[in-house]
Amino acid sequence: MSSPFAVQASEPDNYYGYRSFKHGKFEFSRDEYFVKVRWPKGSHVMPADVFLRALQRDVAWNFFYGTVNFDHVFGTLNHYGTVDMFAGRFNDAYRKAGLDYNETHKSDELLATFKAILEDWTNKGYDPFAAPEETANPYGRKNGDNVKAITRQRVTAQRMVGCAGDTPVRTDQNGYPVNRHFADVPQDQPQMLPEKGFEDEVKAFNLFGYLSRSDVTWNPSVCSVVRESLYCPTSEEFILPVEHGNDRVEWFLQLSDEITWVVKDKETGAPRANVVMRAGDIAAMPADIRHQGYSAKRSMLLVWENNSGKIPELIASGKAPVTPVKF
Amino acid sequence: MSDVKTVFGSLASFQKGGIQVIADDPKNYVFSNVFDVASKAKPYERVAVGKNFEYVIECLRTEGTSPWYTADHDEFALVMDGMVEVELQKLGPSQAAAGGKDGAILVKGDPGGPRMGRIVCHRGHMALLPKGNAYRFKSARPGVVIIQTVQGELTIQRWAEICETRSAPV
Ligand SMILES: [Fe+2]
Repeated sequence: MSSPFAVQASEPDNYYGYRSFKHGKFEFSRDEYFVKVRWPKGSHVMPADVFLRALQRDVAWNFFYGTVNFDHVFGTLNHYGTVDMFAGRFNDAYRKAGLDYNETHKSDELLATFKAILEDWTNKGYDPFAAPEETANPYGRKNGDNVKAITRQRVTAQRMVGCAGDTPVRTDQNGYPVNRHFADVPQDQPQMLPEKGFEDEVKAFNLFGYLSRSDVTWNPSVCSVVRESLYCPTSEEFILPVEHGNDRVEWFLQLSDEITWVVKDKETGAPRANVVMRAGDIAAMPADIRHQGYSAKRSMLLVWENNSGKIPELIASGKAPVTPVKF
Repeated sequence: MSDVKTVFGSLASFQKGGIQVIADDPKNYVFSNVFDVASKAKPYERVAVGKNFEYVIECLRTEGTSPWYTADHDEFALVMDGMVEVELQKLGPSQAAAGGKDGAILVKGDPGGPRMGRIVCHRGHMALLPKGNAYRFKSARPGVVIIQTVQGELTIQRWAEICETRSAPV
């Protein structure tokens, strides 16, 4: 992963073998088990796997929508071109103690540093996108790398998966076998019966089959598009590696199985609700919360986003409500 | 793992989750269930179950043959239960939705253009309803389809009837 930006990295540590990194006044280092983040007012320790799983999503999603909390202290806030990197900013105790700290960076520059950290700290056989049952141990001293796993391209269909020239359906042949937790999901494709000349407009695909073949977890990927309305379905197992504080309302439609969402206040982190969603349940996540999902069995979740660039400002200024519907 | 059981819902069998509030109002989550909504809807009512500014997800109980619809933007139909046939046909003169109009409209009369084809969909299948064409659904037995679309004149909003308002441990 060569980058046009100068990433500030140390030489590999003599004992652990990992490099340390600096970006702005933030410093990052790892040992066998933990990642340490330092900033001018403090420091914070996280399990290495928790940090890497969160970092993987932040990198793959180009900082995503709104706030990506790696945990209750460290994270990023996307301004779409620039990005805030913070510690304690969305934590009531840190705020009250005056220990919160924030830096704004150009997105592509911070992304280059994050990619370099991800590459250096991910060992051979460990896949931060995978469920824990499906991947190797993330701990220990530096041992090889897994560049192929951490540089997957995020799927973004332009119209719909399976349309001409668009993202292809998944098959055994193109490298997407059915996941062990979805072995019972029917794999038949819809019967398309176009009249001559209409082959490109008479289009359908097996979305549930497609999701059963996802090789990653917690990675919403665009599958169909109506103007700014994006269906971003994803397969989920174990814990969403970030607490996501969106800058707009997002919606969840549980397509299969069950997810529990732990919902906290976006600014303070105070608990607000636990939302249990089962197959067919649909719910909005308000724009003033952060959410983290728990999925015991691998499940299919439709994440629905409104991609309009106007919304963050409307929500932040109070011109638009933080809930989508009043009734 | 041969004993794996993936749970999908259906009109005949669905189990709702719910909201346990700690410091919140359950209404903030606009929580409903597409099988519950469809079980109480008339055939082919386009009931909004999700809304984000002008965009909606509509839930349809598919039963018998629907009217012909058209829209000036793509829409996508996802079958959540049943077996649903999607018929596609070109429109005749002056049957199209106005340029830039939001949401689906009813086609006046039968579509005047040539047949484009049809798609037979089972649960989990998603069909493109391509912009500027006519489509209708056929379903011998009751089923459920959700449509990714824009709020329009056919969109029905009945949030107070469909949404969870209670807090309860699940
Ligand atoms: Fe989210």
